[in-house]
Amino acid sequence: MPVNFFPARFEVLRNPDKCIKCRACERQCSNEVHYYDSDYDKMLANESKCVDCQRCVCICPTGALKIRKNENSFNESVNYTQQVMIENYRQAESGGVLLSSMGTPKDYPVYWDKMLINASQVTNPPIDPLREPMETKVFLGKKPTAIEKNPDGSIKTELPPHLELNVPIMFSAMSYGSISKNAHESLARAAEELGTYYNTGEGGLHKDFYQYGANTIVQVASGRFGVFKGYLDAGAAIEIKMGQGAKPGIGGHLPGAKIREDVSRTRMIPMGTDAISPAPHHDIYSIEDLRQLIFSLKEATDYSKPVIVKIAAVHNVAAIASGIARSGADVIAIDGFRGGTGAAPTRIRDNVGIPIELALASVDQRLRDEGIRNEVSIVVGGSVRSSSDAVKAFALGADAIYIGTPALLALGCHLCRSCHEGKCNWGIATQRPDLVKRLNPDLGYKRLVNLVHAWDHEIKEMMGGMGINSIEALKGNRLMLRGVGLTQKELDILGIQHAGE
Amino acid sequence: MKRVYVNEDRCLGCHLCEYYCAFANSGESDMAKTFKLDKNPVPRITVEELDGVSFAVQCRQCTAHPCVKGCITGALSFDDGIIRIDDSRCVGCYTCVLSCPYGCIVIDEKNGGKTITKCELCTRNAAGEPACVSGCINGAIVFEERGED
Repeated sequence: MPVNFFPARFEVLRNPDKCIKCRACERQCSNEVHYYDSDYDKMLANESKCVDCQRCVCICPTGALKIRKNENSFNESVNYTQQVMIENYRQAESGGVLLSSMGTPKDYPVYWDKMLINASQVTNPPIDPLREPMETKVFLGKKPTAIEKNPDGSIKTELPPHLELNVPIMFSAMSYGSISKNAHESLARAAEELGTYYNTGEGGLHKDFYQYGANTIVQVASGRFGVFKGYLDAGAAIEIKMGQGAKPGIGGHLPGAKIREDVSRTRMIPMGTDAISPAPHHDIYSIEDLRQLIFSLKEATDYSKPVIVKIAAVHNVAAIASGIARSGADVIAIDGFRGGTGAAPTRIRDNVGIPIELALASVDQRLRDEGIRNEVSIVVGGSVRSSSDAVKAFALGADAIYIGTPALLALGCHLCRSCHEGKCNWGIATQRPDLVKRLNPDLGYKRLVNLVHAWDHEIKEMMGGMGINSIEALKGNRLMLRGVGLTQKELDILGIQHAGE
Repeated sequence: MKRVYVNEDRCLGCHLCEYYCAFANSGESDMAKTFKLDKNPVPRITVEELDGVSFAVQCRQCTAHPCVKGCITGALSFDDGIIRIDDSRCVGCYTCVLSCPYGCIVIDEKNGGKTITKCELCTRNAAGEPACVSGCINGAIVFEERGED
């Protein structure tokens, strides 16, 4: 065997005083790290296979296990870090494009952490959300700009179709195929209980989940997998996916190994074939083309559902959003470059796109400047990690947020970023029946509901502190934000003042 | 009666229920110590598995209870929905082992197989709720009232 140029990424630390050799770690590790050696009468580990998913650590009944980063260090420099060296070794070995999953781990600025929220003192009293009404319900869709009257003087009450969200949080698009059926079931049931929406992603809608249609956003992506009239009719809204924050400008590739019977049926493609989503929609090369697709979908569903257009946050996102707002879309979803993915080329994930905070601020400002902000609602995703990130997003102009990674965390994900290997030990990003089973939807959906309830409570607390009692009053209220440690340019783009100003 | 039920669609075959059962019935306060010092902690629950299907089996506390009917010394009794074992009366004849249709009577290796032991729903130890139920990592084992006798 040729020499291996780099060591295992992680070390498995097993406390021999605690290990009872129950072998649960061995049985639950899909990467086959742990094994029992009868000669030594002890558990051993093949550390090179460990991805640090923490499954064994979490289930070990005696707490005997720890996984930690291998502290072996190369003679790295600030320029050529150990990570850069290992990536080059891996490519020299495989000759292939590096693949990664979930959001970029690189050290880009997180603007959420450089903005602070206001609170009321003395002259404008805060509100106690436990004692006074506090509204986090939002509606997504076109809003009328003026009151129109019928000839008899009565007010016109017909509005374009809207989505009604009991909480301003939706589950972002994750396809059946990229995540398991049990993960989808958990999302669907949680969305139903919360009175919000989950999103099919581009993988079609499994026949068992049509019953959750009223809480489902059905996605139409460049591969058009699983799209037919019944699918469009099933959802509460239709989302056209133009791009994804983690991999702007490229399509998707679900390997044939994941296209088992159910996924094949749902995607409407043969079993075992790779599901390749092209980079562009081949029928969309202009805003006019996009408008055609939007109206085709509206026509197909009797103008009864809002149409969302989802784009990745890229350099000229504000101009793109302006075009989309004029194309007839009801909602624009913007996905930031720190957003997650089930698989993306590493270089794209780590280097393409722009932060969602800046994209959101510039889009909201542009649409307001052009007087078309009411034409569309704005939903943002791509690393909204907590309720405080969400509050900052609302203050920058978002109508609602999409959460993907936090939802997966609620289901057990430990961000090992190995989704693309299809061996998710938590039963989320896998299609292997023995692994899918590990995510019990009865438990999973409750954890999702808990998470969103907790965020909702926190959002109310923060809004109350500001003396604001509805998302509507917080939306685009940038006076509620102050920057810390930002340059004037960054403050200008975010449309906020520096702390102390 | 509340009983323990197992859902094989949820069972992962991790065998942790066996360890939590043996620990709960060992009388020890530390799990590692239980298995380090006691060479044969006996679980009253067993995970059966074949071809990717797995599920845990323990005494059903069945109303037919052939074990009780066949017990030659009266060591087994059916009391308040639970089949109980009186160790002091058991002579280790294994008639119950032979008669249990579920294979849920366990020979107590701890005292050299002189007596049997079985699941008593953790009513004789400090676990409170059956330890297999609280220890199951996937909610595959539940303790609930289903209105069946």
